[in-house]
Amino acid sequence: MIDLLGYGAFFLSTALIFAIITLGLNLQWGLTGLFNVGIAGFVAIGAYTSALLTTPDTADRIGGFGWPILAGWLGAMVLTAAAAAFTGFATLRLKSDYLAITTFGVAVLVQLVTLNAIGLTGGPFGVAFIPRPFAGLQGNPVAFNFVNLAIIAAVTLACYLALERLSRSPWGRVLRALREDERAAVSLGKSARSYRIQAFAVGGAVMGLAGAVQAHFIGFIAPDNYLPTLTFQVWAMLMVGGSGSNRGAVMGALVVWAVWIGAGWVTSALIPTGWQARAASLQIVAIGVMLCLILLWRPQGFFGPRNGRGME
Amino acid sequence: MTASPILAAKDLTRRYGGIAAVNGMSLDVRPGEILGLIGPNGAGKTTMFDLLAGSVIPTSGQILLAGRDVTGHAAHRRLGQGLGRTFQIPRPFPELSLVENLMLARQNQTGERLWASFTSPRRIAAEERVAREKARDLLALVLLDKLADQPARVLSGGQRKLLELARVMMADPQVILLDEPAAGVNPSLLEVLIDRIRAINASGITFLLIEHNIDMVTRLCNRIVVMASGSLLCEGTPEEVARDPRVIEAYLGGAGA
Repeated sequence: MIDLLGYGAFFLSTALIFAIITLGLNLQWGLTGLFNVGIAGFVAIGAYTSALLTTPDTADRIGGFGWPILAGWLGAMVLTAAAAAFTGFATLRLKSDYLAITTFGVAVLVQLVTLNAIGLTGGPFGVAFIPRPFAGLQGNPVAFNFVNLAIIAAVTLACYLALERLSRSPWGRVLRALREDERAAVSLGKSARSYRIQAFAVGGAVMGLAGAVQAHFIGFIAPDNYLPTLTFQVWAMLMVGGSGSNRGAVMGALVVWAVWIGAGWVTSALIPTGWQARAASLQIVAIGVMLCLILLWRPQGFFGPRNGRGME
Repeated sequence: MTASPILAAKDLTRRYGGIAAVNGMSLDVRPGEILGLIGPNGAGKTTMFDLLAGSVIPTSGQILLAGRDVTGHAAHRRLGQGLGRTFQIPRPFPELSLVENLMLARQNQTGERLWASFTSPRRIAAEERVAREKARDLLALVLLDKLADQPARVLSGGQRKLLELARVMMADPQVILLDEPAAGVNPSLLEVLIDRIRAINASGITFLLIEHNIDMVTRLCNRIVVMASGSLLCEGTPEEVARDPRVIEAYLGGAGA
């Protein structure tokens, strides 16, 4: 029973971290129409920034600086926002698929840096001993898991409320107008460049925060956490939940993560041990099938605006 | 008639490779008038509009708005400087409601700054109330108030033209460039459109109008500028222009040659 409770808390914590990333993507794609396929890169920047800032001093790499966890999270947001703003600035002239290819390239680049800049990131061995919030409670696993869940849920709620306010503000209205018709919005006095960079930066800050929170939740990060699979999962979450809706972003993350974990259980229960490494790919297949079904039956996702984008 | 022009183009040229879409074109728009800009297809009228609106940068020449040189200024600054435009094919924001389409067009909104939503929510709410009221009034002016909360995609082609006119009015411009407002508008709606343009003009707003519907041009404009092959062909009253043999040549000669 206690195992199950602990597992439930662990499951929800992971799903909510995904929800934060998906909220960031919803601002960029759902609201502004920016085809960002470099999510994993921005999450990685946040995770490594916070890890380097908060870990104790280490002999064989730069840092860590031993800062408090909250300072690490703030630093992660600032640095990821800057990296995302720079990406937005560098890709000002790119639209749709071209923007997607370029942001994908950014993510690959970031991942390769984490893998090879050993003096900064620990290379393939990653960064360990990332301080965990309320580490004093570690003796009592259930309480520790629930405190972590509470912290992550609070961060998710804060992101949700802030983004909800932003999307309903005149600022969000400009982003929606740019998504629908950039030329018309410019003729009405809105600077497409400036808002595009802002959308990149704000969405990036949220993704970076999610990466940082996850790093402190697991206590260890490595380049393998930030492969394109992560980007794919987050996109699936937004599509399932409903692009354009913050509530949809959170719900989509919970549902898709449940399917992902469920598919993992089923394959490990049904498939002989020798084949299980290969069977892991079936998790991606399960998400893909789910995505197809959603697109067939409810293309706007669970919470997407009716007759929203992609319907006509 | 010697009032200094509110909008002036001086020797504007725009080349695309070897072709000059607009070639040494000058025109003066006088405050308070409705100036017609006509010419055969391909004469460079829409490129001229894009140049004046800042969405295309001239290869050479100068644009003066209320006496101020705005030639190199970015397109998004024009409306704040007093120059609004509509498009030949209307460009509403289809998933935004009609009211939102209009509210967006207000200039210098506090709430359009990123942090303002958190630092000055009350001021934003007050501004939004004023904007919403003004948007509803303008929608009523163009007979779209019943659809105010519908998404703009439900509108017919003619209604979209009216929406664009109301939308640009939100920003209190001094000059409005109208690109073929009559195209695809049914006759009864066209009467509404002509009537509203007259009313807006009477309130002191200047228009520059591209139009192929000669009946509409003669009814609205006291002065017409004719373009052909990217340059000025002639200008004058509707009667003068209609009699000018060069105009007849430009419209019919191109097809006959």
